[in-house]
Amino acid sequence: MSTNIDKLHDDHHHTPSGIMRWITTTNHKDIGSMYLWFSLIMFFVGGLMALVIRAELFQPGLQLVVPGFFNQMTTMHALVMIFGAVMPAFVGLANWQLPIMIGAPDMALPRLNNWSFWILPFAFTMMLSTLFFGSGGPAAGWTLYPPLSLQGGDSFPFTILSIHMLGLSSILGAINVIATILNMRAPGMTLMKMPIFVWTWLITAFLLIASMPVLAGAVTMLLTDKFFGTMFFTASGGGDPAMFQHIFWFFGHPEVYILILPAFGIVSTIIPAFSRKRLFGYDSMVYATASIALLSFIVWAHHMFTVGMPLAGEIFFMFTTMLIAIPTGVKVFNWVATMWKGSMTFETPMLFALAFIVLFTIGGFSGLMLAMVPADFQYHDTYFVVAHFHYVLVPGAVFAIMAAVYYWLPKWTGKMYNEGLGKLHFWLTTIFVNLTFFPMHFVGLAGMPRRIPDYAVQFADFNAIASVGAFGFGLSQLLFVYILFNTLKKDVTAEDKVWEGAEGLEWTLPSPPPYHSFEEAPKVD
Amino acid sequence: MSGSNSYYVPHESSWPFLTTISIIVLFIGGANYMNGYASGTSVMLLGLAFLFIVTYGWFSTVIRESEAGIYNSQVDISFRWGMVWFIFSEVMFFSAFFGALYYARELSLPWLGGEGAKAATNIFLWPQFENVWPSNGPTNANGEFTLVKAGGIPALNTILLLTSGLTVTWAHHGLKEQNRKKLIYGLIMTVLLGFIFVGFQAYEYMHAYSDLNLKMTSGIYGSTFYMLTGFHGFHVTLGAVMLTVILFRCINGHFSGDNHFGFEAVAWYWHFVDVVWLGLFVFVYWL
Repeated sequence: MSTNIDKLHDDHHHTPSGIMRWITTTNHKDIGSMYLWFSLIMFFVGGLMALVIRAELFQPGLQLVVPGFFNQMTTMHALVMIFGAVMPAFVGLANWQLPIMIGAPDMALPRLNNWSFWILPFAFTMMLSTLFFGSGGPAAGWTLYPPLSLQGGDSFPFTILSIHMLGLSSILGAINVIATILNMRAPGMTLMKMPIFVWTWLITAFLLIASMPVLAGAVTMLLTDKFFGTMFFTASGGGDPAMFQHIFWFFGHPEVYILILPAFGIVSTIIPAFSRKRLFGYDSMVYATASIALLSFIVWAHHMFTVGMPLAGEIFFMFTTMLIAIPTGVKVFNWVATMWKGSMTFETPMLFALAFIVLFTIGGFSGLMLAMVPADFQYHDTYFVVAHFHYVLVPGAVFAIMAAVYYWLPKWTGKMYNEGLGKLHFWLTTIFVNLTFFPMHFVGLAGMPRRIPDYAVQFADFNAIASVGAFGFGLSQLLFVYILFNTLKKDVTAEDKVWEGAEGLEWTLPSPPPYHSFEEAPKVD
Repeated sequence: MSGSNSYYVPHESSWPFLTTISIIVLFIGGANYMNGYASGTSVMLLGLAFLFIVTYGWFSTVIRESEAGIYNSQVDISFRWGMVWFIFSEVMFFSAFFGALYYARELSLPWLGGEGAKAATNIFLWPQFENVWPSNGPTNANGEFTLVKAGGIPALNTILLLTSGLTVTWAHHGLKEQNRKKLIYGLIMTVLLGFIFVGFQAYEYMHAYSDLNLKMTSGIYGSTFYMLTGFHGFHVTLGAVMLTVILFRCINGHFSGDNHFGFEAVAWYWHFVDVVWLGLFVFVYWL
């Protein structure tokens, strides 16, 4: 037996070079980096699609693309940004940070970790390839509502099966995260001593495992309805197209929090660091996160108030939805209270985190408006909804990811980014993001429908402003890429504890950390 | 449990990447098959064959490492959490289809029958439709059909699966007592009961298609019936294959009385399949 062990141990020591290193790696940092680079690429792919949409909407009338292609762009933009950009970015951050925050050598299930990453590029290649089919890509919106989604061309089964693969990747990733957090913590790190980012990811992983299989079930029913004659979503056979919406949003609403809870964790990490105070109300942050997660399973039908539900259903989902404002309010209060009388400085990560608090709250309030059934009858499927979820996703989730990258990049690379350029990137991004999405509130309230390539002339001015903002936002992100490469090729090394006020085990490691983060588990009191 | 103190981190592996390749080949083939292209089937089968080979290889590696004793007790706990949460994800997968069943029975069919909030569909489209479960909807999709009687094969299958749950526990006791005979005979019985269940299920499908006119196309009843029992049958098949692997491992002397996660994982999975069946028996066949 001992010879066997030696043989297996010998295998550890030669690391393959070139592409094979990345294909076969089981290292959480390698995999984290691949996730983050993949996410950045998909951010630009999805961004280009958004720019096609905004270019077409610059003026009323049809200028650049045919309506069918416009619909493919809105559908793909959403799928790419949700499953390709934001979710992989958070998983990449989890991969990099969880082991070094809890004092572990690596993720709990390293081969599974490799698998969950490598599914993504294949799934997206398959999904994006449908854009080059004769009959085009999926065009019924990312929510895939039947019967419209069943009327597409050859892209349909490819889209569905790539969604299955994305779901598989997310579930495997989430299983790994839970196993890591529950089993790999350093001795002495009790659950209530965990860094808050770890807590938010633990809860996010639970949401992923509970909701992604439901999406898999929903799209499987679409597939059998189209190809195998089942009638889940056909009223003439006793089914109901609205049933798809229920099942989809039972997944969809937890998914919304999958996209924001890790962002809460990031902001709750960065605000204390640059306020030089401990996080205000750590326990209440944990309970608030858990409450938001649990509530997310009983609010789904607020996405479909106009579909025709019994009154009792409308009222139930209205009030449960409004309840979410309470734990979210606790969080915003705690962030502000953390800064109160703090010794604050405003480095780039802090700027993004501060903008997050303000702008995410705007998105939260518009969500509260949408939660009111009678008001939602007016707002449903207008640009107001588009404004709402872009406020929570772009200056919400994406800003938090940017903040996290600036905050931990010196730790990952051992090199400090250019602070001046970082601040410039922040201001350009913040100005353009508001220029893009704020006017959408106005056109939405005035009745401009979403997912339509043309609009009434009364909406022209605000749409022109939004399009200018979108191109400005897109170009500003090229500066982000420049900053990243500029940092990587520097030769000055960053300190181990990059930020004066930062706390946590990751800052006790060298910058960059060793290949196997903690060979010996540190002691936590 | 083993001589190794540090947490085992495998440092490189091609298996995950190869698994992904085989899945993408399988899915591209499947999508082309569904779109009606002749080439789809062979590509799909190629992907499936590749998936079997790769799965075999990946599991062999893990078994080899386990037998070499390099997994310490902490790795064992990671495996346990992994399996627990995987089974939870499967529960949620089935709950989507159970949800569809309840929604159809409690909401969409009563509405189509003229009750409550959405009575207009009944009034304007199908005023003659009355909601009686089982239903294939207002257009009598695919014509009249007869039900599979709960008291027949389904009841027998319930007994088979429940018994197999007992035999696998019996085998587990044998393993813990280091009683090889009890272990191996218990497992053989479990595997046999599992495959007999699958056989009966297959027979029931053929009977339903050829004699009862109960098909996937039989409206919402046929849809939910075949989706739920079909995915369950697939899981039983998978579970029985996994049990077979465990049986061979036991025959080869793997596992010890206090270290046998592989056995336990498959036993948990088997109990999960059992519980899903009870739900099916009650809500699909019986009520």
